[in-house]
Amino acid sequence: MEPVLAVLVGLLVAAAVYLMLARSFLLYLFGLILVSNAANLVIFAAGGLTPGAPPLIETGALAPAGPVANALPQALVLTAIVIGFGLFAFALVLAFRAMTELGTIESDEMRIAEPPEAGR
Amino acid sequence: MAASAGRQRTALTAGAFLPTLLPAALFAVLAAAIPEVAAGAVLRGALDWVPSLGIRLSFRIDGLSLTFATLITGIGALIMLYSGQYLHGHPHYRRFMLFLTAFMLSMLGLVLADNLITLFVFWELTTLTSYLLIGFDHGTAKSRRSALQALLVTATGGLALLAGFILMGLAGGSFELSDLLADPRALAAHPWYPAILVLVLLGAFTKSAQVPFHFWLPNAMAAPTPVSAYLHSATMVKGGVYLLARLHPGLGGTDAWFWALTLAGATTAVFASLMALRQSDLKQALAYTTLMALGTLTLFLASDVAVAVTAAVTFLVVHSLYKAALFLVVGIVDHATGTRDVARLSGLGRALPVTAAAAALSALSMAGFPPFLGFIGKELTYKGALALSSVPYSVAAAVLTANALMVAVAGIVALRPFWGRAEPEPEPGRVPHEAPWPMWVGPLALAVLGTVLGLRPGLAEALVGPGVAAVLPGGEAYELKLWHGVNVPLILSIATFAIGGAIYALRRPLAAALVRAGAASPLDFDRGWDRLLDGFKVFAAGLTRIVQPGRLRAYLRFTFLTLLGVLAVTLALRTGLPAPPDLPALSWRELAVLALIAGGTGLVVTTDSRVAAVAGLGVVGIGVAIVFIVYGAPDVAITQLLVETLVVVLVAVALLRLPFLYRDGRVLHRPWDAALAAGIGLATTAALLLVVEAPPDRRVTDFYEVAAVPEAYGRNIVNVILVDFRALDTLGEIAVVLVAALGALVLLRGVAGRARG
Repeated sequence: MEPVLAVLVGLLVAAAVYLMLARSFLLYLFGLILVSNAANLVIFAAGGLTPGAPPLIETGALAPAGPVANALPQALVLTAIVIGFGLFAFALVLAFRAMTELGTIESDEMRIAEPPEAGR
Repeated sequence: MAASAGRQRTALTAGAFLPTLLPAALFAVLAAAIPEVAAGAVLRGALDWVPSLGIRLSFRIDGLSLTFATLITGIGALIMLYSGQYLHGHPHYRRFMLFLTAFMLSMLGLVLADNLITLFVFWELTTLTSYLLIGFDHGTAKSRRSALQALLVTATGGLALLAGFILMGLAGGSFELSDLLADPRALAAHPWYPAILVLVLLGAFTKSAQVPFHFWLPNAMAAPTPVSAYLHSATMVKGGVYLLARLHPGLGGTDAWFWALTLAGATTAVFASLMALRQSDLKQALAYTTLMALGTLTLFLASDVAVAVTAAVTFLVVHSLYKAALFLVVGIVDHATGTRDVARLSGLGRALPVTAAAAALSALSMAGFPPFLGFIGKELTYKGALALSSVPYSVAAAVLTANALMVAVAGIVALRPFWGRAEPEPEPGRVPHEAPWPMWVGPLALAVLGTVLGLRPGLAEALVGPGVAAVLPGGEAYELKLWHGVNVPLILSIATFAIGGAIYALRRPLAAALVRAGAASPLDFDRGWDRLLDGFKVFAAGLTRIVQPGRLRAYLRFTFLTLLGVLAVTLALRTGLPAPPDLPALSWRELAVLALIAGGTGLVVTTDSRVAAVAGLGVVGIGVAIVFIVYGAPDVAITQLLVETLVVVLVAVALLRLPFLYRDGRVLHRPWDAALAAGIGLATTAALLLVVEAPPDRRVTDFYEVAAVPEAYGRNIVNVILVDFRALDTLGEIAVVLVAALGALVLLRGVAGRARG
């Protein structure tokens, strides 16, 4: 299954990059959501996939009975999901504020702090 | 206490003599070591600095470093004494003395260092302190430009030198000079030798102002005169010469060394003597004669013939003595009359008798008349030139040209202003009169020393002989004598005086012709330098405009392109492409999840509808959550579903206020972006395939699995990792979310306030 996930991740990343390069900052945000999903899948797949055996220990046992899913990437992905959400929420509010202040959501037109461009 | 001529008439305090004490004391210590070193002893001292890198603060006093060190401290003491008077009452007098002392100590460290890195550090310190000294008069644009030019040229050479030193250290297996030079021909046989040679010579030639790097030295005359006398004649510019002499046993003896030094030295010597003739400013003329001397010194370090090396070391001493004296004389003349223009100065001898005497003695030494030390130096240069077996006549011709021009320039610069009919007031309102003693004692002492050493060449040999022995291990210095009988060098000497005299007589038409030729020549190094700097600025501005145009999309494009490039290069050169994976037979459930994620992604990219896009994002999120559930990560799946729901809600709320511009969003409306995106997607897939080819390293997981219950009393291993083993990381994560929430709150308040206002 890991090679299949690798192809899927490639698709997600390509879509995300394409969206992030769009004029609209909203599409950039959509790209951001897709790329964080892709990153989480990369971490998850890199740790190896074990179907149907969550990393839990029976009551009274000192260690998992049989082979269970890799707990380490799960912990990492959990953290990544939360941080990704924080980043996204902040960026969304930033877009919201930009719309209110500048009247545009197109990143090309957000140039107040930039030097004047040649030929414009 | 004597009163200063001209500007200041207040008495000097004892404090003015304080800075002189340090170089004088150092000079006394070093001079006391001369007999011991002349007998062949080498004095050492070392401190560990960065032992792991083989960098030590190690110092060594042998014949060569002692020759330089005595010149640096001896002339330094006289210069400090002179400066106390010259800059008396100057508002930044103390700063000047600080810079000058710092420079002297750096220079001393440079010539005494026995470790390549230590030497380099002192080398750069002399560059920095000389920058401060040249730019001392920082109120004028000319000084600032000259200082920066000197800094950039010599520091660029310094960087090359550092690279050369590192290569040398790696090739030789040690950064200690005494280790590297112990086996004289080992470095020259190393395959890196050509690179080392080029880099080291770049450093030495920029520092010692060899053509084509010479242009900064005449500009450096913007510095106060004592600085010119010290840095730009006697010491700093000799740093490059010292380096060539020091490394001669290690890097010399090859054809490449011989030709590089011969060509650079001869070109510089002849070019500089011609340039010296056309200058009307005394300081400028002397600056060019310094260039000539540096060229001559480089020329004679090219070979490993004993006579040539003796000529180099002798000429080094001769030149330091007379050139420092003459610069100081020019400073006195400037102080006394207010001008340095040759055409306006004459007959000063009556008003400034002591200065005139010092000038005359120095000028005769410079011109190479007997019985001065300069005569011995010049005879030796002819002998050295004739001893160069492969090219004796061309070198002798170059030296003859340069020496003859020196005779003429000595006459113009040092004799002419003191001779003839006295101008009562060269500059209106300034009646010239003799300088106070702290100013004339320096040039007089140096001039007299040049005379005494000429009459008693045995004394000079105590300095020169050990120096030659250090450059040529096992080599015998050629005996210094005034009279060698009638031989070729003597005949060449007489020819020099004749030609020099003729040039002196014809100096006006010759100078005019040289000025015309210079104006017609397209080769202007100084202006070329400006153009080079302007070119850099234009290039940097152009590059910035392209790479950082101030548009988010451009930055992202460059970031993604770089990422793609790095991934592609790594895949192509380091790892190779992954083998095509065997795709397993997928169950319908797995296929359904994959179709869900892929379909959702396609919807987000292609749709025109805002609601459809948000729905597509939700579908992708839920698909990923299902993957987590299927592969044993229920906690992750729950979090993912929760967060995904929140994201959709937030976006939906925001959409009420945000326009949705899909004008250019659809596939293939931006084919280049699509190609870039596809490239990164493929590279990511390839990288991940390579990662999953090998089974994952589970050592850390194994630890958590067996430690979870006994150490943390928890049965959910993922939870135990998050809240127990890595609790601090989780706290950091919570802090990130908190900061994001606070930031969002502040931004939203602004919106609300604006809506109300």
